[in-house]
Amino acid sequence: MSEFDQELDASGLNCPLPILRAKKTLGGMDAGQVLHVIATDPGSVKDFDAFSKQTGNELMESKEDGGKFHFMIKKA
Amino acid sequence: MDEKKLAIIATKGSLDWAYPPFILASTAAALGYETQIFFTFYGLQLLKKKLALEVTPLGNPGMPMPMGMDKWFPVLGLALPGMQGMMTAMMKQKMKSKGVASVDELRELCQEADVKLIACQMTVDLFDMDQAEFIDGIEYAGAAAFFEFAGESDICLYI
Repeated sequence: MSEFDQELDASGLNCPLPILRAKKTLGGMDAGQVLHVIATDPGSVKDFDAFSKQTGNELMESKEDGGKFHFMIKKA
Repeated sequence: MDEKKLAIIATKGSLDWAYPPFILASTAAALGYETQIFFTFYGLQLLKKKLALEVTPLGNPGMPMPMGMDKWFPVLGLALPGMQGMMTAMMKQKMKSKGVASVDELRELCQEADVKLIACQMTVDLFDMDQAEFIDGIEYAGAAAFFEFAGESDICLYI
């Protein structure tokens, strides 16, 4: 797992909460900083991909590990 | 990049149908859309300070029933007193266990994200509703005001 500046554990939350929480957390971060999001909602894989494409915040990494999904998002 | 716009008309006042407008509006706002929801007729229930939304299995053959109740309950049984309250309690319990947000929470997230919530003035008058029953921070307007925004929108949904 690469380096990150903040971590958001959205485990147990369902659509659209992981995205909304991530958006809120990114709002308090500086450009270039990296947010690590942990989620258990399988739908979040496509959702974070779409979130990244539409908001310009780069999805640096997206992977599953032990039933949890991990996303590394760099704030634009 | 120009800000995209989403316009939604919310017409339904049940617990299940409260979700689509608030989920889509809050998500759109997170994606950078300027978003408005126009609440008309039964949709106005979604703007009440104290939400008393219920879900009904009546006239809804697509609703998954707990414990196979649809197998041993005739349709008329679903009209029994207390059935709707029980269904609502079970639905809320299920949503909580699956990590689905409450309607209150999604509505707050919409307001935090500057989603504009507009109550249909005509319906408010029609049903003799009191503005004091509604949450703060909403606007009251009519069809022409809706079109002013919807006419410029990229996506327009009727729910």
